[in-house]
Amino acid sequence: MEIYKKITALEYPLDVNIILRKKKSIKKYLLLQDNLIEKNIVILGGSTTSEVKNILELFLLNNGIKANFYESEYNKFYEDALFGNDILDKFNPDIVYIHTSNQNIIKYPGYKESESEIATLLSNEMQRYKSIWSSLFKFDCAIIQNNFDYTLDRSLGNLDSSDIHGKTYFINQLNSEFAKSSREIKNLYINDINYLSSYLGLKDWFDKSLWHQAKYALSLSAIPELAFSISKIINSISGKTKKCLVLDLDNTCWGGIIGDDGLGGIHIGTETAVAETFTSFQIYAKELKQRGITLAACSKNDFKNAKEGFEHPESILKFDDFTSFKANWDPKHQNIIDIAKEINIGIDSLVFIDDNPVERDIVFSQVPSVAVPDIGADVIQFIEHIDRNGYFEPISLLADDINRNQYYEDNKKRAVEQSTFKSYDEFLVSLDMTAEIKSFSSIYLDRITQLTNKTNQFNLTTKRYTTGEIDTITLSDEYIKVYGKLTDKYGSNGLVAVSIGRIENRTCHIDLWLMSCRVLKRDMEFAMLDELVNKCKDQDVSEIIGYYYKSSKNSMVSDLYEKFGFELTDANSEDTIWKLDIANYENKNKFIGVNND
Amino acid sequence: MTRKELFDGVQDIFRDIFDEDDMVIEDKTSSDDIEDWDSLNHINLVSAIEKEFEIRFALGELMALKDVGAMIDLMIEKLK
Repeated sequence: MEIYKKITALEYPLDVNIILRKKKSIKKYLLLQDNLIEKNIVILGGSTTSEVKNILELFLLNNGIKANFYESEYNKFYEDALFGNDILDKFNPDIVYIHTSNQNIIKYPGYKESESEIATLLSNEMQRYKSIWSSLFKFDCAIIQNNFDYTLDRSLGNLDSSDIHGKTYFINQLNSEFAKSSREIKNLYINDINYLSSYLGLKDWFDKSLWHQAKYALSLSAIPELAFSISKIINSISGKTKKCLVLDLDNTCWGGIIGDDGLGGIHIGTETAVAETFTSFQIYAKELKQRGITLAACSKNDFKNAKEGFEHPESILKFDDFTSFKANWDPKHQNIIDIAKEINIGIDSLVFIDDNPVERDIVFSQVPSVAVPDIGADVIQFIEHIDRNGYFEPISLLADDINRNQYYEDNKKRAVEQSTFKSYDEFLVSLDMTAEIKSFSSIYLDRITQLTNKTNQFNLTTKRYTTGEIDTITLSDEYIKVYGKLTDKYGSNGLVAVSIGRIENRTCHIDLWLMSCRVLKRDMEFAMLDELVNKCKDQDVSEIIGYYYKSSKNSMVSDLYEKFGFELTDANSEDTIWKLDIANYENKNKFIGVNND
Repeated sequence: MTRKELFDGVQDIFRDIFDEDDMVIEDKTSSDDIEDWDSLNHINLVSAIEKEFEIRFALGELMALKDVGAMIDLMIEKLK
């Protein structure tokens, strides 16, 4: 594999000067990577977007995404969105980014206007954006929309934020309406420049001189920060967010060395300033855990000592919060590989936090796909390195994400049981599994789309879908499309399997076959195949064609169609094509009770 | 800082912005001589110069800059 190092200037803390000066040579370097995935991205600008595009390109490349851009003419965002043009109509965007700011607000309230007149102004302004968004639905793509930054000058002073005639007040109302719309409209994501500009400081965010010279709605030095923010949303849409936070313990989760200082000697709690900073860090990690990020511990310690640290009465994190807990004297990179295996996620889904630069170096050099931020040695900096890098940026809070840790914990119980049975079959019987395997329905659109975008291992074609495409498939008769939910005696695993077959002349082509790794080796794939074949027979299909497209992550399913009893028809390269005549098909699932359409 | 040192610093910035490691500029080099030197790259150049030498150009001054020599002269003026 090509040795390729990420550009640190493009990670927190950004090196803005390097990015702006060296962008061309950085781009050349990043284009040398293998396995870039392509995205078509439209930038609709309410101000100049040239550098925004150039710099966004770098951040995306740094995360393995090669963008093809379409840029609207200066300030033609509204016209392009509503009326289109020949190039845009053929561009087939995956993502539209709408780069607007307070400079695009058409009319602020006048000082004499009544409350109802101001409400009309607000509604007119909203109507423009609502018609932009609905015009873009035809592309079935994700829409990333800036909200509004505050104006640098406020002729009303402090009153500007509380009086209904104030610009600040008006902007706050618009932002609240944008937030509401993003909850209602699928695929609309808000790029929060209101937060970003306050994080950077409004006076550094907006450059009057640059606005008048070149109509940039933000300063050049703010552009990398803006592009970074957009790239985090695009990563998240593309299923590139991390899933697991791996924590060192001594001087990371608490102050001091548990093995030397003992439980009474470590710093955690609210007694001292130092103890408080470690507590703040634990609270942040706990918040991540509560919204579905998996925690793991990786510490050079005796297991007993390490575990004891979390028995401290003031510790926010408890031993049970960790899905995987490695405290031993083995090299950390080895432990980290084991953690990924144990939780059953890709090694590139891990973020490793350790106060010791030597450990960080070892992990980074031995397993470069693990994110290892250079956090320094001061715990007060740790949160910002996790937060600002957007490793765990979610695009929505799905119930499935929040419950994910429960699934992993249930899996641990299942693993314990497994070891007490004579045979694996006996174990599967004991699980009392039932599955719901049915055709797609609208309530599962988000979850199905999410699975298509983030499932990498048990995925035969790695085809990614937008919500719009899944919606179209759901309504179409030309597709057999089934999802599977699996429940066992320990609880529900949620919606974990998706198959999409396209019917052409009595043949069903399997465009997508995926399953979440949390239900590996449960025979769920056989139950899915049985249902797919049933549905094929109902629609008078006589044969099924399966495709395996090799990716860097899906080798575990290279022989799936063989296991299913398909015949190999084509193997020109590492990609293979398989065929199954279904006339004499016999059901393969023996362990799961199925509830179907 | 001598004029030569200033000039070399500016040349480095030109090389970075236009990504040509062996680019050589002269006093009389202007936007007519460098294909990519459009109004937007002009902003990028000026901004990089402002950061590197910790100076700030006023709006009107930028309009008047005809070539590299004029830019350097103005910088010397500002750095006095």
